[in-house]
Amino acid sequence: MNKILLVARREFLTRVQKKTFLLSTIGLPLIIFGFYAMIIYFSIKTTDNYKIAVADKANIFNGKIESKDNEVIFEFVQSDTATLQNNLMKNTYQAFLYVPTKFTLEGKDSLYFRSAKSVGIMTREKIQNLINKALEEKRLMGFNITKAQLDSLQKENEYIQFSSASGKTENETKVGVSYAVGMISGFMIYIILFIYGTMVMRGVMEEKVSRIAEVIISSVKPFQLMMGKIFGIGAVGLIQFLIWLVLVFGIQFAVALMFPSLVQSMQGQPIQPAGMQAAHAVQESGAMSGAMKGLSTINFPLIIGCFIFYFIGGYLLYSSLFAAVGSAVNEDPQDAQSLLLPITMPIIFAIVIMMKAVNDPNSGIAVFGSLFPLTSPIVMMARVAYGVPDGVSLFQLILSMVLLILGFLGTTWVAAKIYRTGILLYGKKITWKVMWTWAWKKN
Amino acid sequence: MSKILELKNLKKYYTTQKAVDDISFSIEKGSIFGLLGPNGAGKTTLLRMITGIFYPDQGEIILDGKTFDPLNDIIKIGYMPEERGLYKKMKIGDQALYLAQLKGMSKAEAMEKIKFWFKRMEMESWWNKKVEDLSKGMSQKLQFVITVLHEPKLIILDEPFSGLDPVNANLIKDEIYGLAQRGCTVIFSTHRMEQVEEICDHIVLVNLGKKILDGTVAGIKQDFKENIYSIKVHEMPSIISNDAFYVVDQTANLLTVKINEGKNSNDVLKYFIQQNLTIESFNEVLPSLNDIFINLVEGTKATTRAFQPIND
Repeated sequence: MNKILLVARREFLTRVQKKTFLLSTIGLPLIIFGFYAMIIYFSIKTTDNYKIAVADKANIFNGKIESKDNEVIFEFVQSDTATLQNNLMKNTYQAFLYVPTKFTLEGKDSLYFRSAKSVGIMTREKIQNLINKALEEKRLMGFNITKAQLDSLQKENEYIQFSSASGKTENETKVGVSYAVGMISGFMIYIILFIYGTMVMRGVMEEKVSRIAEVIISSVKPFQLMMGKIFGIGAVGLIQFLIWLVLVFGIQFAVALMFPSLVQSMQGQPIQPAGMQAAHAVQESGAMSGAMKGLSTINFPLIIGCFIFYFIGGYLLYSSLFAAVGSAVNEDPQDAQSLLLPITMPIIFAIVIMMKAVNDPNSGIAVFGSLFPLTSPIVMMARVAYGVPDGVSLFQLILSMVLLILGFLGTTWVAAKIYRTGILLYGKKITWKVMWTWAWKKN
Repeated sequence: MSKILELKNLKKYYTTQKAVDDISFSIEKGSIFGLLGPNGAGKTTLLRMITGIFYPDQGEIILDGKTFDPLNDIIKIGYMPEERGLYKKMKIGDQALYLAQLKGMSKAEAMEKIKFWFKRMEMESWWNKKVEDLSKGMSQKLQFVITVLHEPKLIILDEPFSGLDPVNANLIKDEIYGLAQRGCTVIFSTHRMEQVEEICDHIVLVNLGKKILDGTVAGIKQDFKENIYSIKVHEMPSIISNDAFYVVDQTANLLTVKINEGKNSNDVLKYFIQQNLTIESFNEVLPSLNDIFINLVEGTKATTRAFQPIND
């Protein structure tokens, strides 16, 4: 045991003392925050106005097309097509909408829209929606419906309250935030498994290629060497993760202190009625402040606790397999690629199930994926994001944790046997078939 | 003298071959022991069992009077494998300290020994260098120091001189003698027969997993001698004919003769004296270990299995 600690200490210190560790630990959150800041910046900043001249020859719109934000502005003009075309060329406006004289709300004639430059799909959809909505309103008004009645009609979707058996209300933003949290934490575990797993594999390969393995194996048991390496690198990962966590919350706090107005402006923006607008143009600023509210409904101690558990459990489960592959590889790192396939397959499979689970945390495949030890670290995060017991029952959560621990003991046992043989074997190309026989042979 | 190591009927079978097939021998305390054999004879497997890396399928290893316990007897053994290396990016001092601690030494104890050995081998200035900065010979020297640092009772060196220049090879050779004098036992595995003749007291030759020779260097040479003598004469006789010996080889004034069955060297000398031929020197020619090795190993599968013609 003491020797496992010695090995782990060396693995930990050599990695932590490297400059790259410092760079990646400090740099990554900065990059993420840079990204985050950019999104906020672009969502707050109003987009350039897109001015559209409307020549309403049939007087359908009654001189007004409603536009909620100032992104698209409709300006009514009384010009013929030639002048419109001319002004378009002179850039007086970006586009014009021409309503022919014979156009009626009941008929099937077309409106003509012409832009100076081709219109992006987002803007195009937005314009289309605004015009269609205006047309729809005009048609409804044709049935003698007042504007007030129309508004109340549109409000109806807000009156449905979704709630789960536990009695907690669920609004769309909460579900959305759970979706995001599940997705992000699932992906983070996925990335962690790969980063630290391959780190273990490369460490083992380094020992084998530099021929130090046998020197060390004469002092410690192969199992001690493997576990020491896994624990040491795991500690590096955990420290890195905790530093990130502190940095993320620290920067968030610092941003709030330095730019209180920014945070206020973000939170002050009205939350859009989700039903109508969510499907339409992306409204980052609205979604963002909604997210802020939704975040407060998430059970963070549970998520972070589960995250750390599944991070450690998943890492221990997979890293021993990565170590086994590393021990079987000779000088040629290319060999590792083909040997890695059986390990990467379940991880990718887990991501696929996770995608399904964030949409439907209680579907059969999600339950299976969150219990099966090879996929549970990733899939369970998606379910836990919806909380207990809405996303996952307490029984299933505990069962999944127990199965993960058993799975980790199992893979370590198998991997240790492969590792013990592989680490001292040179010059032979190893296949999974050969490794399989190593795993089951006696001492 | 008591035995430091006894092997009793050791067996280790792999799926495709019998790597070690019923080998027994013992090594006396303070001796320098040579383990010889062609490539693939089972030397490394044997050494790995002695160092506790492999468990034997059958048989017993007795270290220092007690059954070998791979977990706790590690501190008694220093092993320098043939496939050896060090962490390239790690500082030499830290590396030596780490490996000594892995053997089970405390930090303070390890530090003291490292300083002693680094000073002795003139390596003090290396402390903060990295292994990748060292030449092959230098890292070999470091590897040797790391092997003997904890002053094990049993030191196992697999091809210790490969890659060393004569000066450093002598330095290490002297250290090996010194360690043996201080009571360490050295097992020495190599293909280089001239080194074995020079250094070893006792040798064992293995081939195809079996022991085929066991004894002292002098004793084995005696066993394999073919009664061949070299005689330097003042003047070469034109015709030599007698029933005591026959000429094997003849150069300017040097005769190599083989004595016939039932005769001895006195019969040879008698002939020359009777013929009134002046003898300037008369020496017995003992076979070199190299010859014995080749003789014993040649013709077995070990040397012929490498390349065989394929009929297509």
